[in-house]
Amino acid sequence: MTQPNADIQQATWRTKVGLAQMLKGGVIMDVVTPEQAQIAEEAGAVAVMALERVPADIRREGGVARMADPDRILAIKEAVTIPVMAKVRIGHFVEAQILETLGVDFIDESEVLTPADDRFHIDKHAFRVPFVCGARDLGEALRRIAEGAAMIRSKGEAGTGNIVEAVRHLRDILDGIRRLAALPREELVTVAKELGAPSELVREVAEQGRLPVVLFCAGGVATPADAALVMQLGAEGVFVGSGIFKSENPFARAKAIVDAVTHYRDPEVLAQVSRGLGEAMPGIDLATLAPEQRLAPRGW
Amino acid sequence: MTLVIGVLALQGDFAEHLAALQRLGVEGRDVHRPADLAGVAGLIIPGGESTTIGRLLERWELVEPIRAFAQSGRPIWGTCAGLILLAREVVAETRARYQPLLGLLDVVVRRNAFGSQRESFECDVLVEPLGLPPLRAVFIRAPLVETVGPTVEVLARLPDGAPVAVKQGHLIGTAFHPELTDDLRFHQWFCSLATKTANIQ
Repeated sequence: MTQPNADIQQATWRTKVGLAQMLKGGVIMDVVTPEQAQIAEEAGAVAVMALERVPADIRREGGVARMADPDRILAIKEAVTIPVMAKVRIGHFVEAQILETLGVDFIDESEVLTPADDRFHIDKHAFRVPFVCGARDLGEALRRIAEGAAMIRSKGEAGTGNIVEAVRHLRDILDGIRRLAALPREELVTVAKELGAPSELVREVAEQGRLPVVLFCAGGVATPADAALVMQLGAEGVFVGSGIFKSENPFARAKAIVDAVTHYRDPEVLAQVSRGLGEAMPGIDLATLAPEQRLAPRGW
Repeated sequence: MTLVIGVLALQGDFAEHLAALQRLGVEGRDVHRPADLAGVAGLIIPGGESTTIGRLLERWELVEPIRAFAQSGRPIWGTCAGLILLAREVVAETRARYQPLLGLLDVVVRRNAFGSQRESFECDVLVEPLGLPPLRAVFIRAPLVETVGPTVEVLARLPDGAPVAVKQGHLIGTAFHPELTDDLRFHQWFCSLATKTANIQ
């Protein structure tokens, strides 16, 4: 009866990108406790990001921000059945080895934590678990994909509750794709050089008219309207960090953001779900941030 | 009359199913609301998060309309999360604290049967109605069919014998994702079932 399992291939590129495809049309929420993870799951989150501190607190408290305590991650994994993600510092491949061993479903190599390497990112192809990375423009997105990222998100400016940077990054990435798709083939190698991206990936994007992986939006989403805005711009799903658990009524807001992503083209639903949510997280005007307080420029 | 296949578009990889239908020259329709089911000959429930889609089915009042759709004899195919949603029951220790189900297909499924994401895999499976060559099946945090009711046919098994594709009348469930490959045979077969039903009715 039992036949050999010889042709079973685990953790292929297709299964890595595939998990990101399963998350599309969904909201991934930052959580720091098992209780928050359960609130996120009840609100309809497709995954949670297990963190030591949300970005708004990292910003406020300063110091070195690192991978979360394994006990915290395991407690969160225990509390929910949806996928659990966790962040590692840019270039910190040992934190990634630890997260893979803990069985997290996705690793975010994130500029929100303090970088561990100021020149190189992690070789993400070396891992069985898929990675998501932030990007501000197409060149950065393609460099991360070349290193093995199976999912890209805008960086935005995390912990500010201000959507402007995420919109800028999304538009830069999507405009870059549209431009490539319109270029004659002979220009692609030079453009690849200008983008700082491998020419094979540049050619693939030009031919397909899209990234070879899923594109989410992250960084500054605070309201259902913010979420629908980035979906209408072309994001395939949304990460919400501080926006939920730094607001007055986290469950209602989380649920409303999920509904806004499901029905992002339906203004009647958006109007309905935007009502009665209480105060959003307090936001930060980016003009008041000093250059060294900005997280998005981290990444190379 | 052109054939229209609906794809439940609350969350998940519905765009991949719509793209597969488009490549076959079949009109696909994204289904967000009960009214979107009108004129649809068959329904696909995509991959995604089963608990999320289940909550959204309830929130947007689609549970009864989909049950009525099944009652009318039109085919429904669930992939991965879609299989879980169609199932009668989920194995207790893998059930979420709240796990809404459509409960149409007489199977018991085990969620995340292979472990976490790092255990996701692909392999060739022989799908009975499709014949040779085998289908490349992609399993992502996939469920397994643990118990099969008396009127359920098993269409495909893993090398160790575990059922991964089932059919009960016009209801079909696969633990894997044909929509993630370029092989269109499963979609083609589903569309032919929908055409047959539409012609009879």
